[in-house]
Amino acid sequence: MGDITYKAGREPHPREKRLIFRNVDREGWDTSIDCAMKDGGYEQAKKALTLEPKAITDEVKTSGLRGRGGAGFPTGVKWGFIPPTNTKPVYLICNADESEPGTFKDRYILHQDPHQLIEGMIISCYAVGAKLAYIYVREEFPEAAKILEKAIGEAHEKGFLGKDIQGSGFDLEIYVHRGAGAYICGEETGLIESLEGKRPYPRIKPPYFPAALGLYMSPTIVNNVETLCHVKHIMEMGGEEYAKLGTPRNTGTRILCVSGDVQQPGYYEVEVGKLTFGELVNDVCGGLKSGRKLKAVIPGGSSAKVLRADERFKIKKGDDEVEIGVEDIPMDFDTLMACGSMAGSGGVIVMDDSRSMTWVLNNINNFYAHESCGQCTPCREGSLWMKKITDRVVSGGGTPSDIDTLAGVAKNIDGRTICAFGEACSWPTSSFVAKFRDELVASTTEENAGKATTPEAAAQRRYLKAEPVA
Amino acid sequence: MDIPQELDEKITEAISHYPVSKRSAVLPVLHLLQHHFGYITEEGVTWTAEKLGLEPINVLEVVTFYPGFRQKAPGKYHIRVCRTLSCAMSGSYELMEKLCELADIDRDTVTHHDPIAVSKDGKFSIEFAECLACCGFGPVCLVNDDFHEKVSAESAKDLLAQYS
Ligand SMILES: Cc1cc2nc3c(=O)[nH]c(=O)nc-3n(C[C@H](O)[C@H](O)[C@H](O)COP(=O)(O)O)c2cc1C
Ligand code: SF4
Ligand code: FES
Repeated sequence: MGDITYKAGREPHPREKRLIFRNVDREGWDTSIDCAMKDGGYEQAKKALTLEPKAITDEVKTSGLRGRGGAGFPTGVKWGFIPPTNTKPVYLICNADESEPGTFKDRYILHQDPHQLIEGMIISCYAVGAKLAYIYVREEFPEAAKILEKAIGEAHEKGFLGKDIQGSGFDLEIYVHRGAGAYICGEETGLIESLEGKRPYPRIKPPYFPAALGLYMSPTIVNNVETLCHVKHIMEMGGEEYAKLGTPRNTGTRILCVSGDVQQPGYYEVEVGKLTFGELVNDVCGGLKSGRKLKAVIPGGSSAKVLRADERFKIKKGDDEVEIGVEDIPMDFDTLMACGSMAGSGGVIVMDDSRSMTWVLNNINNFYAHESCGQCTPCREGSLWMKKITDRVVSGGGTPSDIDTLAGVAKNIDGRTICAFGEACSWPTSSFVAKFRDELVASTTEENAGKATTPEAAAQRRYLKAEPVA
Repeated sequence: MDIPQELDEKITEAISHYPVSKRSAVLPVLHLLQHHFGYITEEGVTWTAEKLGLEPINVLEVVTFYPGFRQKAPGKYHIRVCRTLSCAMSGSYELMEKLCELADIDRDTVTHHDPIAVSKDGKFSIEFAECLACCGFGPVCLVNDDFHEKVSAESAKDLLAQYS
């Protein structure tokens, strides 16, 4: 579509391939259904409603689409987990909780192209047999909730929601449900508990997927906003054609959200794996700030393990093993995993040599200590300990052994919790300690080792020789 | 508790969005109450429980868990400044300091259970929020329902001026 123009200063970079963000920052574009329909909106929904539901799931499987919410799980496969013998109602939930630090893509879909999401949801609901769907929007997106509600009303009026949609016999209602400021509501079973009106305590697995047992103990499909939008484009292009975008096993496009120390932070939709990290930073984002060198990058939201600028990785290329540096990493699911991190939610946080890694880790630890839901002892206590230790280190009261303690605490969380938040909160600490150990240790002092760290501790040691508080 | 008719209609509408379980309406009802009254009162908790056929504890446990629900009155304009990594790297802590100075807010009273600080004249209140999903354009903040990006300590004055 060569006829699209974008707002001045907001034009996509030539390396981008805009599918999902086609209408973001588009000149003359608004959120009304008329605008969407003039542009071919809802044509794919109409087409889908004439097909067999299974045929749609098969297309999605063929497309190779992997979830864009964090785990990168194949969407078609997930849909297939609804028990074939199921007689209960099926629900679909769109995860619009977008709260993984570093991630800012769903925001623009919700604010600027709500009908794309609704159309994707209609197709997906029809495919999985859901007649009731919710969009779980984080509370801090009040404007998005209003836009979505208006868009849902318009879709009703035009007969794309409600009873007997477009004469197909298929009924569907979509409602907006607003969260209340808790990160853990992004975890799908926490989200479901929240939608049931409770504290968002993630559920014990198994069942591993809410597709087996989810909302109101019925099969439930939870997908990210971006994932559901891709479904519309798979309908349009066909699964096979869609799979030609990107790279094998890492198909389609995805939105990379770049923040931190680059000239032009922002959102960039690219074919998965067609761009290396170096190209992303140096070409697309205009390079680092002047005179600065790359120090570290967190490639997939703050839960992803940090990569150090001078690290080398061994990855498979065809049948050969090759050694690459950080800048050579193609930004896809499998390569980032092979490099010991993850593509996660697409949030790329870049840090240059002006940043203190102790300070960065402390900021991240503060986030997780605040957001742990508190169900599991290792996570609830551990995330707070890690925060307290790095708090102490950044304020000058740390001792060298603190760094080992940090690593020990992180190790004792990983794999010992109900939900993946446990890994999410321990991986930053374990990877920062592994990769920036010298710097962390250097921000502590030997002489603090024997000192009491709090006034209370100092008081308890009153029978020892008088000593200052660190 | 005085629930005007318009609010009551909105609450009834919200409850109708959950045909399977009324309990699901706890968050939306609380949002509507908080929007109208400014915060969730004890009475608001029992009223919600009664409305949805729940025990008050089922509502209170929700109010106390979610950072998005308040149990004390905020200022006329409630500011939430993002403190998470990308925003902190672009100066959100400096922004917080500046806003407090300009609006005459003392954050020394802030604790984990009482994260909100209110200005002496009650016009502004402020708290730190975690990542607001706009990390490329920090520092960012919300003032009531309005979103603002690239708010630096230097432009803090202009931000507050919009709410006078
Ligand atoms: C702690 C935690 C937070 C999460 N936050 C989000 C989120 O904000 N948005 C999201 O789409 N997925 C989030 N997820 C992933 C969801 O649990 C779920 O896997 C995802 O919504 C599935 O959608 P997808 O298959 O389309 O990716 C989070 C997971 C965890 C463990
Ligand atoms: S791992 Fe943490 S966030 Fe997840 S259920 Fe346990 S305590 Fe809650
Ligand atoms: S870190 Fe502030 S919006 Fe994400």
